[in-house]
Amino acid sequence: MIPRDPLLEVRDLAVSFNTEEGSVQAVDGVGLELRAGEVLAVVGESGSGKSVTAMTLMGLTRGPNAAISGAATFEGTELIGADDEELRRIRGNRMAMIFQDPMSSLDPVYRVADQIVEQIQAHRDVGSAEARERAIELLDAVGIPAAAKRADSYPHEFSGGMRQRAMIAMALSLEPSLLIADEPTTALDVTVQAQIIELLRGLNRDRDLSILLITHDIGVVAEIADRVAVMYAGRIVEYGTLDEIFYDPQHPYTWGLLGSLTRIDRPRPRRLPQIPGMPPSLLAPPQGCHFRPRCAHAFDRCLEVPALESRLADTPSHFDRCWLEPARKRELREVGDQGALEEPR
Amino acid sequence: MNSAMARFAVRRLLSMLLVLFAVSVLVFLIFNVMPNGDPAVRMAGKIPTETQVEAIREEWGFDEPLYVQYVRTMEQLFSGEMISYATRQNVSEEIWKGLPRTLSLAVGAALIWMAFAIALGLYSALRAGRLSDRFLTVLALIGISMPVFWIGALMVYYLGYKAGIFPNGGYVEFTVNPLEWLWHLVLPWTALSILFIGFYSRVLRSDILETMGEDYVRTARAKGLSERRVLLKHVLRNSLIPIVTLWGLDFGAVIGGAAILTETVFDLQGVGQYAAESIKGLDLPPIMAVTMFGAFFIVTFNALVDIAYAALDPRIRLEGRSSR
Repeated sequence: MIPRDPLLEVRDLAVSFNTEEGSVQAVDGVGLELRAGEVLAVVGESGSGKSVTAMTLMGLTRGPNAAISGAATFEGTELIGADDEELRRIRGNRMAMIFQDPMSSLDPVYRVADQIVEQIQAHRDVGSAEARERAIELLDAVGIPAAAKRADSYPHEFSGGMRQRAMIAMALSLEPSLLIADEPTTALDVTVQAQIIELLRGLNRDRDLSILLITHDIGVVAEIADRVAVMYAGRIVEYGTLDEIFYDPQHPYTWGLLGSLTRIDRPRPRRLPQIPGMPPSLLAPPQGCHFRPRCAHAFDRCLEVPALESRLADTPSHFDRCWLEPARKRELREVGDQGALEEPR
Repeated sequence: MNSAMARFAVRRLLSMLLVLFAVSVLVFLIFNVMPNGDPAVRMAGKIPTETQVEAIREEWGFDEPLYVQYVRTMEQLFSGEMISYATRQNVSEEIWKGLPRTLSLAVGAALIWMAFAIALGLYSALRAGRLSDRFLTVLALIGISMPVFWIGALMVYYLGYKAGIFPNGGYVEFTVNPLEWLWHLVLPWTALSILFIGFYSRVLRSDILETMGEDYVRTARAKGLSERRVLLKHVLRNSLIPIVTLWGLDFGAVIGGAAILTETVFDLQGVGQYAAESIKGLDLPPIMAVTMFGAFFIVTFNALVDIAYAALDPRIRLEGRSSR
């Protein structure tokens, strides 16, 4: 594949929220690069800052209690510093977003087609009839059966999977170059999950749609992502291509994530593997590497924050934040198959 | 959908009639077991003789069994021939005379309180937590705490009697002089609205704040809609559902008796004031009539609210099952 210019470039993004208990550093120096036509997956558990990162790019975390710094360039426009009107013209238009819960993401009092028409008319000067036709086309394209008829349904008359399809249709209505999908399958049944992922993959392939996929589901990542960023407690701890992350994971947290994947091609463990401990509170994050308190291989140096940098000569695009020597990591990883995770006794 | 609508209408109509029947029986019975309630004694004058009372009893049929009296009362009510025991005037005519006054008061006040409640509730929600929001919170609490008979009396005294800006109570027909009509109603409208504005704006404020956290509002922003459109078309539209429901119920209640105090304080001579006077005189026919009048409006608006609710929120189906 010929590398193309990055469509979205995020540098040193930091987001903190003032709460009653103090300042929560939800995102702490995140950098990402999404090339046109690629699917970049941001994985991490709840509270890792992945959704906040995505919503900040859309300007949805702006508010009196949020402090946002850093830079994010999308198609030549700086998003973080953009004024509200500038951002409004981009979102829904050049970049669109779909959310975790399709049940509550559509306004219950308007017909599905009308909600799509509303978005089209917010950005383009087209008549209602033309916009409606476009809406029906889109609903048909995302696989809503009898789209012309179902277009006049209310959201509650749709199933969860159909609602997420409708959300996707809406997101595509102005042919954006970037789709941000925030846990798009989490609230859906497993079979419907597979359909939605298949739909997203088709859009990426056929329409050259770039996708920033936010998920905690490493299985989904394996199916669709070109590149993966692993987030933990507000920071990216590892960043690389799908193969690099899956076949040569460098960060002990990534080993944990991959190890917690249940695999049908391996003997069934007595208990599902898990990473011991709990994610840290972002009100008072641990000093140094955020994963240190849960890491089986932590040593003195981990009290310093490791930079996110390339530590492997043969794969220079593979970054991680771990002080361990690469050779030592490979050794440790071999123990107990996927490394740090010993089965809890 | 249409057949569902028709079934709903028929069912609702039947239950309305049942409620009205129950109300009428209840009022009739209460009146008859009340001490000092014997109308013949009251009608006979200051120091009646037993024969006089007996004669009145026979003339008006008070000696007949209760159910006969009840049936006759209802016949008179619906034929418009009901006569007051105290004033000997036709009750229907009195109610017809009071109706435009009561309606003028209720419709005007309802529009005023809704308009102000939306404006203040929206403003307060947008400024939530700031000084102006806290100020409005206090103001709303004061408004809710001021009884109509007190604030109304103050208004009449200071703005009417003392300052002479507004008329000292009373009512002028719209057809006689629209400007005077308006001028006479400004104070009653205000007095009646204050409580509702305070209450409604608080309810709307919390509904708006709750709606703002909804996922579909986030979607609306993500679609690139202007903040104004997000607020009006998505936040306010959804927040209005409960308050419009409340509005219909309260409007029915205001016509059906909740305006008694306002009408009396401002001497509007509406149906409410007529009801108050009749109760004071233990005058059964008008009490029966105004109670039925009030019950009719309350029951009717309850039904209208159900219909409006289904229209405002597509998730609600009148029949309780989905159409299609």
